[in-house]
Amino acid sequence: MFDVERWQEIFETISKNKLRTFLTGLSVASGIFILVILLGIGEGMQNGISKQFERNAANILYVFTGVTSKEYKGLNPGRQIVMKNDDFSYISSKYQDDLEYKSSIFRIWSGLITFKNESGAYRVEGVWPDYQFLENAGMTEGRYINYKDQENFEKVVVISEKIKSDLFKNGENPIGEYIQISNINFKVIGVYTDPGGEREETRVFLPISTAQRVFGGANNIRNLSFTLEKKDNFEEALAESERFTEEVSSYLKEKHIIAPDDTSAININNTLEEAKRFYDLINMIKFFFWGVGICTIIAGVVGVSNIMLIIVKERTKEIGIRKALGAEPVSIIVMVLHESIFITTIAGFVGLIFSLALLEFVGPMIETEYITNPSINFSVAISTVFILIIAGAIAGFFPAWRAARIKPIVALRDE
Amino acid sequence: MIEIKDLHKSYKMGSNSIHVLKGINFSVAEGELVAIMGSSGSGKSTLLNILGMLDEADQGSYTLDGLPIKNLNEKIAAQYRNKFLGFVFQSFNLINYKSALDNVALPLYYQGVKRGERMDIAMSYLEKVGLANWASHLPNELSGGQKQRVAIARALASNPKVLLADEPTGALDTKTSYEVMDLIQGINDEGRTILVVTHEHDIAQMTKRIVNLKDGLIIDDTRVKQIRALSNV
Repeated sequence: MFDVERWQEIFETISKNKLRTFLTGLSVASGIFILVILLGIGEGMQNGISKQFERNAANILYVFTGVTSKEYKGLNPGRQIVMKNDDFSYISSKYQDDLEYKSSIFRIWSGLITFKNESGAYRVEGVWPDYQFLENAGMTEGRYINYKDQENFEKVVVISEKIKSDLFKNGENPIGEYIQISNINFKVIGVYTDPGGEREETRVFLPISTAQRVFGGANNIRNLSFTLEKKDNFEEALAESERFTEEVSSYLKEKHIIAPDDTSAININNTLEEAKRFYDLINMIKFFFWGVGICTIIAGVVGVSNIMLIIVKERTKEIGIRKALGAEPVSIIVMVLHESIFITTIAGFVGLIFSLALLEFVGPMIETEYITNPSINFSVAISTVFILIIAGAIAGFFPAWRAARIKPIVALRDE
Repeated sequence: MIEIKDLHKSYKMGSNSIHVLKGINFSVAEGELVAIMGSSGSGKSTLLNILGMLDEADQGSYTLDGLPIKNLNEKIAAQYRNKFLGFVFQSFNLINYKSALDNVALPLYYQGVKRGERMDIAMSYLEKVGLANWASHLPNELSGGQKQRVAIARALASNPKVLLADEPTGALDTKTSYEVMDLIQGINDEGRTILVVTHEHDIAQMTKRIVNLKDGLIIDDTRVKQIRALSNV
């Protein structure tokens, strides 16, 4: 490999056969280029679709209560079940290792919200800081509710982009302004935007402690909302969420004295069905692009082998001459392989660099709904280049080996 | 220099076997210039290929400069060809993407001579055949005679014991043929052993000995008075 004389010989051959070299290189480079771009777009589609699905975090568990439907331990059916703060604190401390985000919710269905002369009716919800992530809300201005607000019963509110445009008609900066919710002053601390669109933006969020105190909620809560820590695959996620649902449900039933087979009092809505579709789609996309990618590599390998065959065929006479002049068979094989590996390596990396550059510079500019930030794992790209080089070398070896075995007189007769 | 005893060679052509050489006995001393003549199919090229270790005999012995040539594998054959033999072909067989100088230097590459030295030696042989000014030209920029002279320079570059020329003038016109023969005679005058396969009588007359082959046997082996090629030009 480090034989300078052989390198000189290879470079000489390459520089005297520019077209041949160029064509070999072009096929390899374009193969790698196409492969990387394809995989990049696949990744982009995956990102894009993930984004579409992750309006709400993919595996939200949503607990809400209703009325009992069965008589149990002397209690009549038709009882309205109301969860309390300690239900939430018990669950969140018991499962703190399993839970990613957690929040209880105290909801006032409709509150009149006023700023100066503008007013409107919006849902008012008391929530925990984690609720931002459960809703996938993004902050456009200011901040979300934090734990200090909870502790101090701060009268602060987070409004949405839509509400901001409804109420702050003159384009005032809402941060620090006071709005009235049912005639009580709240200070605006942030503006959120929800990827779910306008319907999801008709809500304002208060610290749950404040909401309970100001709107007479005592320690009642209406809902619980959780996400579990993300799992590597769907089966694990499913098993985990089923276990969690089961345990939370039986805990709440026991605590509130509800028949274990009563299905209407405690409801846990598991969005994992949605998540299953998401996982399936992601898997399909991965499968498809890997399929296409592998086919591209095969096509590239066939292309390289083909060119190698042609090169060897074209050089049969030259090989005969070299053998007549004293070239040993192994030196013929080494010569052909050395040249082809050198060309495929250079071309492979050129293709790789071009495609990576394209993804790097053009990728972020692509902003369609289903393709976001196309990119490729660098190690995947590098390994495809090496696979192509090795496959090309193996494919080139057999014709080279055959050529080396041709008797020089036969090769010399070749026209 | 060359000792051949009872050499046989046959080729399989489908189900038939063609007996090409039927027992050749033949020896060449150092410094000889021998013409091997015969009509096509007489086995002269086969004989030359066996002498050149490009082909192997079925039977018989071949000794080159005291070295028995038998049971060669490809690697050893290649080494022997490189060390002991220089080839000149009818169709020149230059590598068309290499310059005249690089073509001449090629046998030295396979001897493992370093590049700088290789180029110096190659250049001196190109000077010898009068083509020093054409060193950087590609074969297709040279005339037939020039190509054959490059080929001769290449054959000489590895300083072989024997020069084997297969119809060296077959693709050349008469005047150019004589110029090439003049070169060959000059090389022979310096003491190198040369075998020339030809079917042209005037070319054969320019050697010192004519061996006539017919149907795989030597029918005639005579020393002749050499005609200098220059006197005909």
